[in-house]
Formats: sequence, C-alpha cells, structure tokens
Amino acid sequence: MKRNPGIIVDFTKGLWQDNPVFRQLLGMCPTLAVTGKALQGLTMGLAVTFVLVSTGIVISLIRKIVPRQVRIATFTVTIATFVTLADRFLAARFPAMSAALGPYVPLIVVNCIILGRQEAFTSKNPLLPSLFDAFGMSVGFTWALVVLGCIRELLAYGSIFGQSVLGTSFEPWVVMALPPGAFITLGLLIGLMNVIQKKKEARGKE
Amino acid sequence: MTAETEELAEQRLLEIRTSPHIRSPLATPQVMRGVLIALIPASAASIYFFRIQALLLILTSVVACMGVEALCQFLLKRPISVGDGSAAVTGLLLALVLPPGLPLYYVALGAAFAIIIGKQIFGGLGYNIFNPALIARAFLMAAFPGRLTTWLEPFTLKVVGSVDAITKATPLALMKFYSEPTPLKNLFFGNVAGSLGETCALALIIGAAFLLIKGYMDWRIPLSYLGIVFILSALIWKFAPGSGSPLFHLLSGGLLLGALFMATDPVTSPVTKTGRWLFGIGAGLLVIIIRNWGGLPEGVMYSILLMNAVTPLINRLTKPKPFGAAK
Repeated sequence: MKRNPGIIVDFTKGLWQDNPVFRQLLGMCPTLAVTGKALQGLTMGLAVTFVLVSTGIVISLIRKIVPRQVRIATFTVTIATFVTLADRFLAARFPAMSAALGPYVPLIVVNCIILGRQEAFTSKNPLLPSLFDAFGMSVGFTWALVVLGCIRELLAYGSIFGQSVLGTSFEPWVVMALPPGAFITLGLLIGLMNVIQKKKEARGKE
Repeated sequence: MTAETEELAEQRLLEIRTSPHIRSPLATPQVMRGVLIALIPASAASIYFFRIQALLLILTSVVACMGVEALCQFLLKRPISVGDGSAAVTGLLLALVLPPGLPLYYVALGAAFAIIIGKQIFGGLGYNIFNPALIARAFLMAAFPGRLTTWLEPFTLKVVGSVDAITKATPLALMKFYSEPTPLKNLFFGNVAGSLGETCALALIIGAAFLLIKGYMDWRIPLSYLGIVFILSALIWKFAPGSGSPLFHLLSGGLLLGALFMATDPVTSPVTKTGRWLFGIGAGLLVIIIRNWGGLPEGVMYSILLMNAVTPLINRLTKPKPFGAAK
C-alpha cells in the first residue's frame, strides 16, 4: 500500500469499487437532500471535497501525536473547522447557492464519509496515500451527486445545469424534485451499479 | 387387474413427495381470468359514463402493461409469462383508478412504472411488496398532481350540445371543501365525477360477488375494511354531521374498488386469517383519518399502500404456532 501502484489504487477505489455513495451507502443525507438540481449536487460535492481533503491532510500529519482516546473528538473539531470555512465561503461568495443548500452545508460535519475516512484510513496512513484516498473518495462522491442531480433535474425541470434540454412542451415530473424522486433514482442507480459490478466479477472469475 | 396396473398402483402407493401435500386446484392464470371477468361490469360502466376516453385509457393501460412485462422478462432473461394475465389485471386496475381524460402518454408512463418499479424490480409476480397498480397511481399523483386531480363530469350529466368535456370535483372533494353532499343514488349507479372504475358502486359489487362465489377472493379484508369505515364514519357523523353519512363514505371515492379489488391482492396482503382482519382494520382506520383530518379528500390509495408496507410484519406477528411446540 505504500508504493506507487498502491497510491493509484488509493485514488481509484473511491471512484467505483468503494464509491462512498453507491457502494458504501455513506453520506445519504446530502445525497438525497440536495440533488434536486445538478448544480446543487456539484456544489455539495466540491464542498465535501474541500473538507475531506483538508481534514485528511491535517489528521494524517498529526496522527502520531493524537492519543487514541480523544481521536474522535479531534477528528470532529478538525472537520467542523473546515466545514465552517466552506459554509462561510459559500455564504459570502454564492449567497443564492448557500441559501438553496440550507442546513446541508453545516451538516457536512456529521457526514459519515468524512469521519469514516479519518477513522479507517488517514489516521493510519502517511500524508501522500491519505491525500490520494481523500481525493478519490471526494471525486467518487461528487460524480455520484452530479449524476443523481442531472437525472433528477432533467425529469423535474427539463433542464441540466440550468440549461433547458427538453424544451417547453415537456411537463415536469414534480415527484423527481421531491424526496421520493431522490429515493427512486438512488435505488435504481445502486441496483444498476450492483448489476455492473456482478457482471465484472463474473467476467473476472472466468 | 393386469400386472401393469398393479405395478402402477404400487408405484402410487410408495410415491414420496415433499410438502405441500394438499394443493389448491386454483392456478394463477385461472384466478387472473376470474379477476378480469369480475372487472368487466366496472369497465363497462366506465365506458358508458366516460365513453371513448375510458375505452382508450383502458386499452392503453392494459396493452402497455402487457408489453412492458414481456419486454422486461425478455431483457431480464426470465420466462415470459404475460399469458398468465397478471399484467393485464394490473393494467385494467391501473386504468380504473385513473381520471378519465388523462392524456394517454401519462397512462403509458404509469403502466411502465407499475410493471418495472412496482413488480419486475422486486423479482416479478409474487415478490412485489406493493400493489403495482396503486404504486403507479401514487407515482403519477406525485409526479403530475394537477393532471391526476382533474376530473371530468360523466357524459350522462352533460347538457346536450354543450362543450366537449366539463371538469367537476369528486363527491368527496365537494363534501370536504364545499360541504356539498351528493345524492346516494348517483353514487350507487355511478353518475358522479371520479376515476374510471370508482364511480359505479353497483358494478363493483356485482364483480366482487362473482369473485366471492367463485372463491377467488377472501372476504375478511373487504368486510373488516368496509366495516371499520362504516362504524367510524357513523360515529363521526353523529358528532359532526358535516362529515358525511356512513353510506356516503362507503359509496364515494375509491373505497369499494380498493377494498374489493386492491386490498385483496393475494401477493401484497397477509396470508393468515387474523392478519387479514388486522389489514382491513388498519386500512379502514387510515381511510377515516385521511378523509376527515388529512389534506386530501380521499385516502384509499395511501391506506392500502401503507398496509402493504406493514404486511410482512403482520404476517410475522400472526404466524400460527406449531401444535405442541416449545415456547
């Protein structure tokens, strides 16, 4: 795990095989709540990327001086610091997006992906692998949210990233902008991922 | 007796099979055909009241359901069993719970949703948690709330030479939002606005009687369901006369259609007898709560879907104990 190919695997596993949303089913709260529009999903993904990578750097660097008993508290304080930075930055520079995301940016503090990566990976690994792991997970999370957001936005508003695609004659599917639409889309995507994964494994065995 | 028949008799005597030993002579295609026959009166009534719109809606829904089912099974490499009639029943039931005049594109979309999400995703007939026709209606209701609550007046109420179609509120909505009662006679014969199959109570009762006589339907769920609604609405009516009489509640909305044809779906309702009583009572309670204190005028669809969701729990709760088994 400490050599170069290991580092590449640290990065790529988050994209597909251990994708935080589709394979680990972590971070469901923002996944379901903010993917009504693709841009919101992308923003949430980038915010999580910032927090995950920054926290990863800090935790990995101080991992040897943090006593085991207080590690969770240390993780949480570190995460909360970067979440506050991200939240204030969004509120200052993109007030409309900040309002649209509502409480879900501050809620990144309790996002299982971030705490989970610190506990499972960064607190046990040096800086470089930690960085690759954090980037891999972040990209995996972001693409999942963007795909979900695109599908839901397309059906709920007839547009993708605010650009009208289906034209004015399209009657929006209100349900896709609502929570049931998030659950249906996520469920179908997870099912699709499982099918693809199974086929892959079956092919690998042959 | 020849040696040959003797040998055969001996073979039958010594034959060993695994359980179940007592098999019902009823097979799926036979029951489905029975349900289709039982729905003929209601379908005919809907065509009488809403004319070509009802006919097109029914045809679209049934054909789309069967087509999507065949396509799904072909793509999933499952045995193609469109011939067993379950997709046709889903299609017909879906058509009967949709408002007349709904554009056919939405009907086909609902039919595809019923078969793909409501049934095949779970593994096909017998594995689905929710009634496919109702889950499709719930989806359409959430996706296109405006379209699903636009009701046409029956053809028979129209003044000759007037415009093509007039929208009108359902009896339950009239009662809830305008305190306007509908004559019971109209409710019984179906001369009211509503979804295709829910308007004519008489046609539904005839169909259900056929199913009961044939033994295709369990009487416990309809009896407890309708009974609870009747008793509770009578109680509420006594204290709040504006809420509608018990007979009004029995005959209006989708209650009869739901209680007789949807709640009794053998796949999505409990298998035990006690469980069926519980199912009916729970669904009846939910209907009364939604109709009296909910935001919507009608609650039959959600009552059945919610009870579908707890059916596995009811089954576990009412599992019979084997005789003499230790605790």
